[in-house]
Amino acid sequence: MLFFSYFKDLVGREVTVELKNDLAIRGTLHSVDQYLNIKLENTRVVDQDKYPHMLSVRNCFIRGSVVRYVQLPADGVDTDLLHDATRREARGG
Amino acid sequence: MSWAGPEDIFLSTSLASYLDKKLLVLLRDGRKLMGILRSFDQFANVVLESASERVIVGDLYCDIPLGLYVIRGENVVLIGELDLEREELPPHMTRVSSEEIKRAQKAEKDATDLKGSMRKRMEFLDFD
Repeated sequence: MLFFSYFKDLVGREVTVELKNDLAIRGTLHSVDQYLNIKLENTRVVDQDKYPHMLSVRNCFIRGSVVRYVQLPADGVDTDLLHDATRREARGG
Repeated sequence: MSWAGPEDIFLSTSLASYLDKKLLVLLRDGRKLMGILRSFDQFANVVLESASERVIVGDLYCDIPLGLYVIRGENVVLIGELDLEREELPPHMTRVSSEEIKRAQKAEKDATDLKGSMRKRMEFLDFD
């Protein structure tokens, strides 16, 4: 639940999602769910020439199970808040 | 994907906003399917109507019609909404027949197999 809550706070920010098949997609985080499925808007593929089929895709749904990384802006993280939340979760879990 | 009220469709990660739209579905095996989303569930199982597979080899491509498809969610990588006002593919790409794309696929596979076998033969040399 911790990362779900964390991503909910990041809705509206620009992120780059790197998938396990090495495809990397940059876009605005539209929504996230309990499985950490991600919906991105205004998407651009990082290496567009390698993935011509993605040219006209502007919004997409990404299944949580295929995500390798979610790259965030450095100021996207309030590390203190995250540390506190993690400690609380560790204590409760 | 939790069930949401009608107004939540605009904010949630549900695939409901993609219903009856033409989509691009990327599968784990690298296939690219296109079709109209007719149904989905919490596992991202998906029903695509008028599905076709877009096979791309280099600058050549071919759309192979498949009909009505049910895709098991575990194979789904990404579901993308195709913007009808934009070109689906770069202009330098040429559409070819399914026979030609199959030949191109075989040629590409033979080239990678050859590269693999050449590498295996060189392995004994043990360059650092």
